[in-house]
Amino acid sequence: MNEIRNILKTMEYGPAPEDDKDVRAWLANHEQGFGHFIGGAFTPAKGKTFTVHNPANGEKLAEVAIADPGDVDKAVGEATKALKKWQALSGNQRARHIYALARHVQKHSRFLAVLETLDNGKTIRETRDIDIPLVARHFYHHAGWAELRDTMFPGYEPAGVCGQIIPWNFPLLMLSWKVAPALAAGCTVVLKSAEHTPLTAIAFAEICAEAGLPAGVFNLVNGAGETGAALAGHDGIAKLAFTGSTEVGRVLRRQTAGSGKKLSLELGGKSPFIVFDNADIDAAVEGVVDAIWFNQGEVCCAGSRAIVQEGIADLFHEKLRARMEKLRLGNPLDKAMDMGAVVAPVQIEQIIAKVEAGVAEGARMWQPSWAQTVAAGEGCFFPPTLFTDVSPSSTLAQEEIFGPVLASMTFRTPGEAVQLANNSRYGLAASIWSQNLDEAFDAARTVKSGVVWINSTNLFDASAGFGGYKESGFGREGGREGMIEYLVPVWQKKAKLLPQSEPMPAPTPAPGGDGTGLDRTVKMYIGGKQARPDSGYSYPVTGKNGKHLAEAGLGNRKDIRNAVEAAHKASGWSGMTGHGRAQVLYFLAENLELRANGFAARLVEAGASASSAKREVEASVARAMRYAAWADKYDGAVRAPDKRLLTLALNEPWDVMGISCPDEAPLLGFVSLVMPAIAMGNRVVVTPSPRQPLAACDLYQVLDTSDVPPGTVNIITGDRNMLADTMAKHDDIAALWYFGDSEGTELVERESAGNLKAVWANDGKERDWSDPAQGQGEEFLFRAVRIKTIWTPFGV
Amino acid sequence: MSRNIAEAAATHREVTGSQLVSLASAHKRNTGTDFLPAMFENMSVNLSATERRTATLATRRTVKKDWQAAWLVRAIECIDLTTLAGDDTPGKVERLCAKARNPLRPDLLKALGLEDYGLTTGAVCVYPMMVATAVKALEGSGVPVASVATGFPAGLTPMKDRLAEIAYAVGEGADEIDIVISRRHVLTGNWAALYEEVRAMREACGDAHMKAILSTGELKTLSNVYKASMVSMMAGSDFVKTSTGMEAVNATLPVSLTMVRSIRDYLRFTGNVCGFKPAGGIRTAKDAISWLILMKEELGDDWVKPDLFRFGASSLLGDIERQIEHNVTGRYSSADRHGMA
Repeated sequence: MNEIRNILKTMEYGPAPEDDKDVRAWLANHEQGFGHFIGGAFTPAKGKTFTVHNPANGEKLAEVAIADPGDVDKAVGEATKALKKWQALSGNQRARHIYALARHVQKHSRFLAVLETLDNGKTIRETRDIDIPLVARHFYHHAGWAELRDTMFPGYEPAGVCGQIIPWNFPLLMLSWKVAPALAAGCTVVLKSAEHTPLTAIAFAEICAEAGLPAGVFNLVNGAGETGAALAGHDGIAKLAFTGSTEVGRVLRRQTAGSGKKLSLELGGKSPFIVFDNADIDAAVEGVVDAIWFNQGEVCCAGSRAIVQEGIADLFHEKLRARMEKLRLGNPLDKAMDMGAVVAPVQIEQIIAKVEAGVAEGARMWQPSWAQTVAAGEGCFFPPTLFTDVSPSSTLAQEEIFGPVLASMTFRTPGEAVQLANNSRYGLAASIWSQNLDEAFDAARTVKSGVVWINSTNLFDASAGFGGYKESGFGREGGREGMIEYLVPVWQKKAKLLPQSEPMPAPTPAPGGDGTGLDRTVKMYIGGKQARPDSGYSYPVTGKNGKHLAEAGLGNRKDIRNAVEAAHKASGWSGMTGHGRAQVLYFLAENLELRANGFAARLVEAGASASSAKREVEASVARAMRYAAWADKYDGAVRAPDKRLLTLALNEPWDVMGISCPDEAPLLGFVSLVMPAIAMGNRVVVTPSPRQPLAACDLYQVLDTSDVPPGTVNIITGDRNMLADTMAKHDDIAALWYFGDSEGTELVERESAGNLKAVWANDGKERDWSDPAQGQGEEFLFRAVRIKTIWTPFGV
Repeated sequence: MSRNIAEAAATHREVTGSQLVSLASAHKRNTGTDFLPAMFENMSVNLSATERRTATLATRRTVKKDWQAAWLVRAIECIDLTTLAGDDTPGKVERLCAKARNPLRPDLLKALGLEDYGLTTGAVCVYPMMVATAVKALEGSGVPVASVATGFPAGLTPMKDRLAEIAYAVGEGADEIDIVISRRHVLTGNWAALYEEVRAMREACGDAHMKAILSTGELKTLSNVYKASMVSMMAGSDFVKTSTGMEAVNATLPVSLTMVRSIRDYLRFTGNVCGFKPAGGIRTAKDAISWLILMKEELGDDWVKPDLFRFGASSLLGDIERQIEHNVTGRYSSADRHGMA
């Protein structure tokens, strides 16, 4: 045994392979190929198939059937059939099923970990210590939500059959993030696994059968983009949840536009990793390892942009390089590896292309001394790579690489750090390193991202919402906010479809003026000032029996542009305390009531009866008060509290929102939408009812006298859908509420794909604004905020 | 990988951490530096991040089979086999020294192919009154004798007595002196006083190597640990050591990581090399492997050798012997099959 003596000289680690024989045996048992899991049973693997490879060595692992539209249709059919019985179960009964899934995942934890490693190429350390435990945790947590749904979400019901499309980077974990909340809500599921990594989803289907989940509640189809498109486009789907690339997210947004499907998208990122000069630098260096070399950088929230304070940049990079030398990359089944294989050759090519672009653009590349040995070997491996001297405008800084590549740049001041961090289309996550809590929290609040980790990175928990700002998508997974994605208000299913809007009257002089009263000019309201329409055109507003009432400005895209700019300038409103905003809203209610008779008269002119006009004004005053009440109360929550970890779910405003108001209840509809939006700190660009804009336009006098800061509410009159189209296409509007016809819904949903703004639309359906269940409530507040989850571990 | 990338990688290859650390292989004694507060005063160690790193160290790395056996042998070589009890007698110390000379059963050594390797522990560690006994018992073995001194464990005796104790132990033949620092200087932020104290002790040690015991369990915060470690190195310590073994909390991985990183920073700033000794509470072979991994990962291969790394331990050896027997035979072993100290 001379071996020992030699090892004592080198003190190398030696091989430490995880045994994979049970997984190999399972694969061998399925040599004939895997089918889909539909209605509680596997289909035979016939028809077109694809081959699944182990990216670590290219070996074939399995043959898997591709679902065609017929298979998808069958799966949706089974999910639909199962829906009624599944929903008829009590929360407790559904909780038992989900609890069983959690337990069974734990019982098969090592099997699942080894299978995931073989299929995906990520290290056994990660699948064993991170992926699979988080999967079990997600099911446990959501067993609880099943139990509590009726208590915590009164007035809501499950959305229905859910189509879910998951990515290849965390195959089973993403499955759990999708399936657990859907089942807890009372939905049934058709899930499409990723074509590179279908195997753990198949194993999960076996687990569902083992655990006795009722047939049809969970259905699995395999395949690539075409299968996904068939699922997304299926009429039987009430809700689509997708995690994957921003490009595919856009396609799905367009594809589902106007379909009435609920949609949540968890997309790409280029997440900043900010290191201040008083950070614990060694801790931050280790943070980078967890940020960008975790799962080979194939992580949507990977900290891929280091933003380092200039004075410590050299030291930081030196320490980082030393750390990179120590990373071990190789056989993913080896228990002592930091990095495994990239998922597939096509992904390696994609990484190489971006890295080459970075080199060509003049950024300075560095890889560890052992990197060449990686290039020479077999399998899909790419060494950890650091780019310094990266300019913010370069490919490396702007584009998601989805590989183990860190782009590093420097900053001078805290403000500049956040500016650089926000200089991205994306806004998924941010990691902030500073031993100074003032500095850290200031950055945490101002950075635009759905998740912030202070002195930490890539922390996840089922109770904390995960999801992005900007083009990183919308909707949250995890926690209470994640559950809402799978629920709909009960009244909604019975809502009637509104007729399509009639064409706007010609913007030319119209007959019917009586010439007796003083002529009235209805102006737009932009940045706190009355404004004439840019177009120079006005259109006639007519009242009861076609009586000509006034002319309203015909707004165009430039009016929207000006209004959006004014709204952006009014950032002070978002910076006010909830109490401050509440005071303004109370005052607004007071001033509205003072003018109640005038507003009622406007509504009567427009066609309302005297009593209903009075009721609408009263309801509007009450609604303003309602959101004044909420302004300092709908503020967020603490998640998964721990003795040494504070996780805050903060309700942050979208900043600038667009709102298209309905024709029903011209005043109350406007107030019901604008008040919650501004109560939560948003600044809004609103188009009032095109037919009856007068009451809403009169509101600017109330806004003026109520100390609503200029630019907080901007009112543009004109054609609803034309203006909504401009707002949907405007990249500096973060969220859009649309209440018009079904054509308009389809239009704004489709056009919002550009910057993937969050759209809340009425699907062209009626809403009774006077009914508190429909016209006010948490739904409005929830839609008026985006949730930022801030994780702060601490301790001395 | 494409040629473009390979070329770019070659162009920008520069001095890396591992090359820097290889300076250590030809190291000479730490001479210390002037008192330079700028080297540590702004340091703030993040506890949660430190814990996260140490929690995953042993999940990121493992050694199996022959490698495990070799690493356990190395652990034996790094043990300061220790007895520091009020009831120590010459007989007890002689037994300890005999075990230090022959820490592993001959049949196991043979099975490992190490019968002529000359395996011993790193040192024995005793109280000053026991040094002479130990020196005699270890004569010709090459195993150094370490003595605690300076009013161990509390260090709250007059300075002149503490220095006299060093002189006494050195005079008795101790090769290494484990001093204790005045924790009050750390807790009151009197870094200059700490520096002066350790400096004086280092001078009293002369040619004997000095290990500075920080008593990290009493310093409480990792920032204190880092600063005390840095000051002790600036004052010329050859090793920094976590604990006396008498505190409520002794060697932990987070404390060790903090000290190890201070050693790395000190090397980077001064080019001087310092060793590390965790002591107290390290009882299992698994623990020992974790610490060796820590040293290899955070400092490098030079720190998985006894000249720069020691365990202060009394019961650790017994567990390692049992694990090595298991490694050799495939059977789980019992303590009574191995000779006691």
